[in-house]
Amino acid sequence: MQKLRENNALMGWLMVSPLASVLLVFLVAPIIMIVIVSFWRATEFSIIPAFVWENYEFLFGSPVTYTVFLNTFKYALITWIFTVLIGFTVAYYLAFHVRSLTWQIALFLLCTIPFWTSNIIRMISWIPFLGRNGIANSALISWGVIDEPVEWLLFSDFAVILAFVHLYTLFMVVPIFNTMMRIDKSLIEAARDAGANGVQILWNIIIPLTKPGIMIGTIFVVTLVMGDFITVRFMSGSQSANVGRLISNDIALLQYPSASATAIILLITVLMVIGILLRFVNIRKEL
Amino acid sequence: MNAVAQDLELVSVTKRYGATVAVDAINYHFKPDSYTCLLGPSGCGKSSTLRMIAGHESVSDGSILLAGRDISDLPPAKRGTAMMFQNYALFPHLSVLDNVAFSLKMKGVDSAARKSQAHEMLELVDLTALADRMPDQLSGGQQQRVALARALITRPQVLLLDEPLSALDPFLRIRMRSELRKLQKELGIGFVHVTHGQDEALALADDIIVMNNAVIEQAGPARDVFNAPKTRFVAQFMGGHNVIALPDGHFAIRTDAVGVTSADAGLIEAQVTAVEYQGTHVSLSSRITGDQEVTALVPDDTFFANPHHPGDRIGLHWDAKNLHQLTA
Repeated sequence: MQKLRENNALMGWLMVSPLASVLLVFLVAPIIMIVIVSFWRATEFSIIPAFVWENYEFLFGSPVTYTVFLNTFKYALITWIFTVLIGFTVAYYLAFHVRSLTWQIALFLLCTIPFWTSNIIRMISWIPFLGRNGIANSALISWGVIDEPVEWLLFSDFAVILAFVHLYTLFMVVPIFNTMMRIDKSLIEAARDAGANGVQILWNIIIPLTKPGIMIGTIFVVTLVMGDFITVRFMSGSQSANVGRLISNDIALLQYPSASATAIILLITVLMVIGILLRFVNIRKEL
Repeated sequence: MNAVAQDLELVSVTKRYGATVAVDAINYHFKPDSYTCLLGPSGCGKSSTLRMIAGHESVSDGSILLAGRDISDLPPAKRGTAMMFQNYALFPHLSVLDNVAFSLKMKGVDSAARKSQAHEMLELVDLTALADRMPDQLSGGQQQRVALARALITRPQVLLLDEPLSALDPFLRIRMRSELRKLQKELGIGFVHVTHGQDEALALADDIIVMNNAVIEQAGPARDVFNAPKTRFVAQFMGGHNVIALPDGHFAIRTDAVGVTSADAGLIEAQVTAVEYQGTHVSLSSRITGDQEVTALVPDDTFFANPHHPGDRIGLHWDAKNLHQLTA
């Protein structure tokens, strides 16, 4: 008996070890590495292993940091608002208005089509559409809505947010749709039986029961947007910055310690945001 | 709760799903303030009928009248009916009190008023102590009472129950059914209860409607339906009956109305095929001419005073007034 129990413990360890070692090598070790490097000293031409706070001192001492972090939050917030509105609507339509499972699956796959190409291609494909002589401008001019091309369509915050919404709405649709599909349809009948109209059912039943899905989608979108650098670079035409770009610029200049310090602060910020979000909604039931 | 008698009436009510007919032009006048069970096997149309009365299913043809007005096209909450769902359909994110008060909230009743009314309802179903619990912290029986309270707070003229006891364990089922019966008498409103269990229907109902293949096979007071089945289906579904083909037609006779005697003294001769002891009674299966099986339910003391064994030749007898001719 004793031997068997020992074997069980051993079996348990063996069974978790593949995943644990993968996480250890590919997640924990790199983060530890970044933490270590963030305390190193760097000059214009060399990196010296050390334990100094000067990277952090510089980061917190620079007004650019605050502007850029604020800008990153701004992107995350606006993108979140749009993805939640669009994602909820799409998921609601799929879950409650499309009756047959076949159509649900078909339309759901349709939503994933943009994901068949890479992020960068999807971003670049906006350029001929939004450019000064692009499709959007020429269409607006030919309809007589505007007299001369609108400048802010491309290489602007508008373009950045548009691309973010385009790229990440599906990350909102999927978890919300998933949660909605688990809502017992008889709850909606029960609400109707109690005299609730469509809006009341949406507000009192569907939204509260969909909160965990919205929260999971929110975590996806917020972390993706806050960690992004390429979308901001492409779509703003290098005119706007977020934290990701700060880090990528440092890396381009081989300022690894400084990049590491910024990365650590970004990581902590994102974790804090998620921590705050999780205080509002219990997502455990969804996992 | 209602001083005026509220009659519910189905007039040629039909439900079609594409080409299939789920409910075929049924007519029924529910007795005011009575407990009525819709009984039948699954797929017979009993649930569709209930859902049409509730307004969760559209009526393809015919009308549903309640207290003299046609409610067929009204939304569920405007009909004067309330439904209790099979799995109770409690709102998982709301406390017991908020679940019960839900319909009042939808009507815009202010918070204090709806809470006090909901408390009254919880008192009725004896759940005041659990008002702040969430549905998933309740047992099956407690959830059912919350569902009852939530349905009753709308002050319905008719309460519709869709297989309300099927999710409970057998012991609780028997307890809840006596509570349902008591509640119906206290409230004095009509209950329409869908079930596939004939014992449940017999225990609860004033009137039973037996449905099969989208039509009503037989309807009437529980005792009449059980005692005098009109069709072979009803006789077999209600149980406790033999269906025998005699020279002048098919008849149903209750198994406990069949007597056993010696081979030459009975109306008909039979051979015992099986004997089953059931405690208070012994069920004696036998075969008569024409390869027909007839079961006699004999009180245990009568049987053991003169026991029979498989293979024995016996005589069966009955009182002609206990034979009920079957129409189909």
